[in-house]
Amino acid sequence: MSQTKKDLLVDPLVDNNPITLQVLGICSALAVTSSLKVAAVMALAVIAVTGFSSMSISVLRNHIPTSIRIIVQMTIIASLVILVDQILKAFAYEISKTLSVFVGLIITNCIVMGRAEAFAMKNPPVASFLDGVGNGLGYGLLLLVVGVVRELFGAGSLFGITIFETINNGGWYVPNGLLLLPPSAFFIIGLLIWCVRTWKPTQVEEREHRIQTIEEH
Amino acid sequence: MSDSRDQSATNGILARFLSLPVDSIPRTVFMAVSLCLFCSMIVALAAVNLKPMQSYNKLLDKKINILQVAGLYTDGVDVEKVFSSFEPKIVEISTGKFTDQYDPSSFDDRSAASDPELSVALDEDPALIGRKPKFATVYLLKGSGGELDKIILPIYGYGLWSTLYGFIALEKNGNDIFGLQFYEHAETPGLGAEVDNPSWRQQWRGKSLRDENGNLMISVAKTSNNKKFHIDSLAGATLTSRGVDNLVKFWMGEAGFGRFLENLKVGEA
Repeated sequence: MSQTKKDLLVDPLVDNNPITLQVLGICSALAVTSSLKVAAVMALAVIAVTGFSSMSISVLRNHIPTSIRIIVQMTIIASLVILVDQILKAFAYEISKTLSVFVGLIITNCIVMGRAEAFAMKNPPVASFLDGVGNGLGYGLLLLVVGVVRELFGAGSLFGITIFETINNGGWYVPNGLLLLPPSAFFIIGLLIWCVRTWKPTQVEEREHRIQTIEEH
Repeated sequence: MSDSRDQSATNGILARFLSLPVDSIPRTVFMAVSLCLFCSMIVALAAVNLKPMQSYNKLLDKKINILQVAGLYTDGVDVEKVFSSFEPKIVEISTGKFTDQYDPSSFDDRSAASDPELSVALDEDPALIGRKPKFATVYLLKGSGGELDKIILPIYGYGLWSTLYGFIALEKNGNDIFGLQFYEHAETPGLGAEVDNPSWRQQWRGKSLRDENGNLMISVAKTSNNKKFHIDSLAGATLTSRGVDNLVKFWMGEAGFGRFLENLKVGEA
């Protein structure tokens, strides 16, 4: 093991963030970030699912036949997601109502499958658990950053607490409605990726194609 | 003697099984079956054990919404206690009369709306709901002396993306609106979802459904020359507003609770 336990947890936050570097799990990041509270609960749900699915898959890794390994992974992930969904419905009904279908869609979140396939199938349970939690945290961090921008400028509030009094409620702030619509998350994530890659130039991918000059030709 | 032989035999089978390569067919089948059994057990256990809490939450949420539309909800209020001043009743929509055929505490409006026994297909369907239930649960708010104070009626219909489910609260004359609220919808946040905006909902208070001649006049529109029956559309949400307009007209009209409200007025419900 070249990576220490701390690395497994901290690395996916910025250096190897599942959204900004690996560009995984974008779809749900678009959908659940219009309010911070929802984004936070979604982040927790994903952290729980990535952590425990990576751990269970790692425990079973030596007994999973290659021919059905993706289905086995999906079964474990799907069961965990249903579990999370049921728990949310029982203990956080209001939020589960706003999250609606997106909790179920954690199953299709590429981060979970990605970590299961790339890491948990080859590493011991504790390391896999930490890797899963770390990647969940990386996803959650980005969700929260996007959520702060969208809720603050789109609705004038944070966690539902009014920061800018909006015109509709008699204040001064004209909310930017675009930020509450899914496409705005695309812009924000794109800008974030740009910022992160300017800060850490090692993350910039090598060009696949290059325009040749006449001399070279 | 025979016990130990059995045990060594099973040990033998297990050892032979484990010595098979992971990718062999028996081990693949075994893995698939046992994993499915295990996972389904966990899921079933969670679903069964959490069910009571979930149904309780759902019911509580509905009660809170009924309190809200009747203007009785404040943060931290004892929902059960306040809710006990409401009397749930089942109304047969076609006759507009109360019925004792079903128990209001267990009648499920949602499943009744799709049950072929308990609903009818609609030819004319302005609210885009497909089938109309034959029965609906209404809530009567009684004053301290037991006299009727407000009537809460369930309404629903299609907006832009989703079916909006809500309640409308009417004053005891069955014509003046006290409030309207949707408790479930998936309209566009910031545009159609502004149906939840308190200042928009406030508009409904004090409006009337019908004029003196009994014509249904209420409308959600951009402009109107009669403020008494007019609710402003939501800016940027034409289709959601149109949906609300249609569903309110449908449920308050002859096909909906119109007959019931008429009966209530003359005291024959």
